[in-house]
Amino acid sequence: MKQMKRRTVLKGLAAGAGLATLGAPAIAQANPIRLGFLTVKTGPLASGGIQMEQGLMLYLKNRGMKIAGRPVEVFTGDTGGSPAVTRTKLQEMVERDKIHCMIGPLDTASALAVDDYIRSAELPTMSVAAADDMTQRHPNPWFVRGTSTSSQCSQPAADYCAKTLGWKRMGTIADDLAYGHEMCSGFLRVFEENGGKIVQKLWPPLTVPDYGTYIAQLKTDLDGLFIGFAGSNGYRWVHQLTEYGLRDKVRMMGGMTAVDESLFKAMGDEAVGLLSASWYSAALDTPTNRKFVEQMRKDYDVEPGFYAAATNTEASVFDAACQAVDGKVEDKAAFMKALRATDIKDTVRGPVKFDDLGDAIASVYIRRVDKVNGRLQNTVIHTYENVSQFWTYGEKAFLANPVYSRDYPPATHLE
Amino acid sequence: MQFWVIQTLNSFALGGLLFLLSSGFSLIFGLMRVPNLAHGAFFMLGAYIGVSTMGQVGGNFWLGVIGGGLGVAVLGGVLERFILRRLAGNEQGQVLVTLGFAFIIADLCLVAWGGDPIPVPAPSYVNRPLFFAGLAFPTYRFVVLGVAVAMAVVLHVVMDRTRLGAMIRAGVDDMQMARGIGIKASQLFTIVFCLGAALAGAGGVLGGPITSAYPGLDADMLPLALVVVILGGVGSLLGAFVGSFAIGFIYNFGIALFPDLAYVILFLPMVLVLVWRPQGLFGRLLR
Amino acid sequence: MSRALASAVALAVALAVLPWILGNTFYVNLSSQILIYALFALSINLLSGYAGLTSLGQAAYFGGAAYACAWLVNRVGLDQTTAACAAVLFGTGLAALFGVLSLRASGLGFLMITLALGQIVWGVAYRWVELTGGDNGMRMGARPSPLGLDISRPMPFYYFTAIVFGIALYCLWRLARSPFGASLRGTRDQPRRMRMLGYHVWLVQWVAFVMSGFWAAVAGVLFVYYNQFVSPITLSLQQSAEVLLMSILGGAGTLAGPIVGAIVITLVKNVVSSYLDRWNTLLGVIFVVSVIFMPEGIVPGSLRLWRRFTGAGTAAPKPVAKTS
Repeated sequence: MKQMKRRTVLKGLAAGAGLATLGAPAIAQANPIRLGFLTVKTGPLASGGIQMEQGLMLYLKNRGMKIAGRPVEVFTGDTGGSPAVTRTKLQEMVERDKIHCMIGPLDTASALAVDDYIRSAELPTMSVAAADDMTQRHPNPWFVRGTSTSSQCSQPAADYCAKTLGWKRMGTIADDLAYGHEMCSGFLRVFEENGGKIVQKLWPPLTVPDYGTYIAQLKTDLDGLFIGFAGSNGYRWVHQLTEYGLRDKVRMMGGMTAVDESLFKAMGDEAVGLLSASWYSAALDTPTNRKFVEQMRKDYDVEPGFYAAATNTEASVFDAACQAVDGKVEDKAAFMKALRATDIKDTVRGPVKFDDLGDAIASVYIRRVDKVNGRLQNTVIHTYENVSQFWTYGEKAFLANPVYSRDYPPATHLE
Repeated sequence: MQFWVIQTLNSFALGGLLFLLSSGFSLIFGLMRVPNLAHGAFFMLGAYIGVSTMGQVGGNFWLGVIGGGLGVAVLGGVLERFILRRLAGNEQGQVLVTLGFAFIIADLCLVAWGGDPIPVPAPSYVNRPLFFAGLAFPTYRFVVLGVAVAMAVVLHVVMDRTRLGAMIRAGVDDMQMARGIGIKASQLFTIVFCLGAALAGAGGVLGGPITSAYPGLDADMLPLALVVVILGGVGSLLGAFVGSFAIGFIYNFGIALFPDLAYVILFLPMVLVLVWRPQGLFGRLLR
Repeated sequence: MSRALASAVALAVALAVLPWILGNTFYVNLSSQILIYALFALSINLLSGYAGLTSLGQAAYFGGAAYACAWLVNRVGLDQTTAACAAVLFGTGLAALFGVLSLRASGLGFLMITLALGQIVWGVAYRWVELTGGDNGMRMGARPSPLGLDISRPMPFYYFTAIVFGIALYCLWRLARSPFGASLRGTRDQPRRMRMLGYHVWLVQWVAFVMSGFWAAVAGVLFVYYNQFVSPITLSLQQSAEVLLMSILGGAGTLAGPIVGAIVITLVKNVVSSYLDRWNTLLGVIFVVSVIFMPEGIVPGSLRLWRRFTGAGTAAPKPVAKTS
């Protein structure tokens, strides 16, 4: 009976959105496509997780909850950020709700916790989590990742810092977890190979409310600082630098979540001028993205950032693959092949296609925070097109090295 | 040189923040033997209420502090009167209930204030760094330190010179004896719990300009409160005071000098103290 | 004795037919999980229930054994049996060491030391990336095949878990009724008298602590078999608090209590959360309400209420855990 309730709500939603397309010829009511969606709606990660849901639902609503002629039924699971719960929820979706494919989950640990289950269930999965090796040294044949790996955006960022900005001496600071390690080490490799030197690395724990002790350690003679923060930590770091009067003295290049649009409201003018590198910007000037941003503001009253764009992009990939197999998602192998073969010109993040390990080859944007008409935005100041997770190294050479970690590649210029 | 000066100041400032967080915890713990695991949630709720109060009253920071303190004090009073009261002596029940409240508060804060961080603006006159001897340090952190010291003095005077203080001290020493000489434990407990909650709530607002209000602040702060109180000894104001600053120094210098131990640096001294001197530096033996 | 035997047979039959009633593999898997958490809750019950020592660090032995097992199989390449034994030994050894440190205090001091020690283990797992994989956690690879039986499918795994759980439950039942169990309860209720009677209170509590760690480690190995994955969350304060809540919620110091607690909390987290966005609030409300109205826990509390309703004073049936 509870099951009924959830479905009824969805059907109501679909009906409401479907009114717009009432004039279209009625397509025979096929069995719905059952789409699993794992996100986080409670606890500290909820901000991103809720945006993920909004970004996905917006896409589906715009299509009248119908893809490739079939209605789409979404089964949402709140993992609370716990890997064990993620696994149970996914089992529930696969074994009881019989989902055909899945989008999510948010965090890397949860994604890795269901990795082997996805293989054994042969479940086409559109991932949002960023851990490098999920599409590198331990690729999952049932994965596509329409976003990027952790290091996929920091490598071009380093290129930009070394070549365009001409920075020579830099430091890095990031949350002391794999996401931060992979970003900073990818940055380090490209930056040092282009003649720069990383002279300082700082790793604050994830749950530190006060960065005073790290600010005191920060070298003052750096050309720039790479900041690889997640969640709201990027905001706290910049804010506390301002407190110490250092905001204007430290030039910064942010990772893909450090200067997220969702933090603008909190950051205010402190953010103006911050550089960052990401596979998305809400200020991206394409009709698709302008419409998306406008709708997100109107429907949910949020500035869409990384997470909303992530699921919206995955939804585009899902849509395109469904079209390609003519809605026949039951043939998992064929659907998976279609997902991997996706080559869309027009998603909110721009064109997307996949490499043979399932990671997106797409644009990475260098962005600068500007205030335009009283509103902060991540203005795109440079675009790296067709960026692969292997940067310029080529798959084979790249995978011959160990995965990026806290101490690999080793920093030889620390002072 | 600059590093040592700034880190020392940082340690004092963090110590001040920790005292605001943990003095209430220590009072409640010491007098009522309630390990209030909702204390982190009180701190976070205070920050949220404070920032909303500021929005209502045109941005006056100190009214926000009072609002945060009062709001959480009321909640604490309700919690004590109607729930904890029934559980006197049932330590596990208290653990369960306070944790339950921590869950509820955190979840409802998410509903009420959303998942994005909310900045708590410091008063504009202290919102810029102070420059001295070629160094810069946030003025507001001096304010936190000052408020913490002032709070410590006020609490000390209350505890040492007033009737209420005498009753609390008697209760901490030996509750049965205190009852015997006619102290109404019932009222005393409510007052102390409200006071402890108010300190946490006000502390949340005062810490806000540094930490901001965000989901997860509760879980980040609670272990800090536990560490301070264990180090200093429960029920001892002096203990909470010294413990706060000791942790401030251990944390700031420990992390800078032994960055690889960042995740355990808070808990090592706690274990050492507990093993070597289970009552904490200034407390009495627990039970 | 015969009633106990009847309960045991009833429980065994219930566990055996349960998956056939549930049908769907999702519910079978869920039942396996509940049994694992129930064992975990039973382990902490030795401390929080029988010994009256409230620990907030039980995840250290659970998660420690899970990590050890995954690490030994995956990185060292040990065979499954050796790895499982070594993992349980590791968890138990950790408990033996932590017991020495924590039992210097009692009451709230004990709670604090166990919490601090648990946080240190968590911090090590989080930070020692080379060994543990940091926050990315560690994969287990495959489930073992004890005695050549394949337990990779949900149904066989459920029976495997149920058998381990049954053995554990029997051992714990025997323990609770043994002279040792009596002396353990004695140290909780009358420590001074026990001391005067010549009992070595510290030793009794320490042995209970180690046994508690042992069963937590067994549950941890089952956990990593089930999930085939372990991450620092398994060692977190949250996990320790959760299992403590399971044991208190159902009724500390009983055998059925922790099982009921495990059922309630696992269902709220995994099933109710699909229908109710505010499931965290619900969990909090359950804690608060159950403590107020059934301070002794759900199982003894319901029995009390039941007896009051039926007016049956003495002949209260021994509670049997129902897993439906």
